[in-house]
Amino acid sequence: MSKSTILTQPVSERDHMEGPTNAPLTLVEYGDYQCPYCGAAYPVVKRVQKTLETKLRFVFRNFPLTQAHPYAMVAAEAAEAAALQGKFWEMHDLLFERQTFLEPDIIPLWAKKIGLDLEQFGNDFKQSVVAKRIKEDRQSGIRSGVNGTPTFYINGIRYDGAPDYESLLAALESELAIR
Amino acid sequence: MKTLLPGVQAPDFSLPTTPDQKVSLSEFRGQPVVLVFYPADWSPVCSDQLALYNELKVEFSEFDAQILGISVDGIWCHLAFSKDRKFHIPLLADFEPKGAVARQYGVYREKDGESERALFVIDTEGVIRWSHVSPVGINPGADGILKALESIAKDEKTASVSH
Repeated sequence: MSKSTILTQPVSERDHMEGPTNAPLTLVEYGDYQCPYCGAAYPVVKRVQKTLETKLRFVFRNFPLTQAHPYAMVAAEAAEAAALQGKFWEMHDLLFERQTFLEPDIIPLWAKKIGLDLEQFGNDFKQSVVAKRIKEDRQSGIRSGVNGTPTFYINGIRYDGAPDYESLLAALESELAIR
Repeated sequence: MKTLLPGVQAPDFSLPTTPDQKVSLSEFRGQPVVLVFYPADWSPVCSDQLALYNELKVEFSEFDAQILGISVDGIWCHLAFSKDRKFHIPLLADFEPKGAVARQYGVYREKDGESERALFVIDTEGVIRWSHVSPVGINPGADGILKALESIAKDEKTASVSH
């Protein structure tokens, strides 16, 4: 096994991205909406994005730990269904901000809050394209050495440091320095 | 102590998995086995690592692979840990004599009285095909295990064709 674990599926147009495509730094997160550690990492990522501005592109991929978290899959489906209406990030943010309210009954409320067409959202939810995408994310995560959630990759290399703001920012900045 | 390397016959063992049941490695001859040595129940990285493998039940079952967790914790500790985390993976107690199996595989850390965080993938003939020792604080993920299982499956296929 090589010393550093790398992202086997490069970031592409299929991904949900925030930030410029030509940014020198790409941060990929494999995450689970019901995972408390991902919930804790959510404001950290926001803060890092704010600090690095256009130097950073952020990508989120699904890695729902369904054995540990009963609503992880529903939440991932909600985000992907919202994506079909062009509102992935709105749903992504809301799910993390309301992490303790992910019961299937509540999800339509969040869809309404971000202004989704509820009927379409309801239909899209169980579309195979949604399930397929979550599965693909999961597979690429497993192959890339995802070892729990969240797992981060900085420019394609797994980040094994602490998920706090200072550590993550320092790792990103040092990557920026060597470029 | 040297970690056993690929190509070596995996030493057989028999360890408790419940208060009145023991499991032997040789019982799984004919299917691949993934041995997951981890330092201790309840410690954060271990539980994440096992939670991940627990989650990958489907992926492992595609290879008909049996995954076994092993630590020096006693059986009652394992039971409580398994129940709390809703694990489906059998956890074996390398408890008495303490760490005997970890020693056989060359992954016992005398100083801490715990095993390394080590993985062994064993083929259908009981031969070690891949082994990996991680830094204790780093969760190794599952990619290496799946690659080893794939390679075993490929060899099996080739063998069955040439017979």
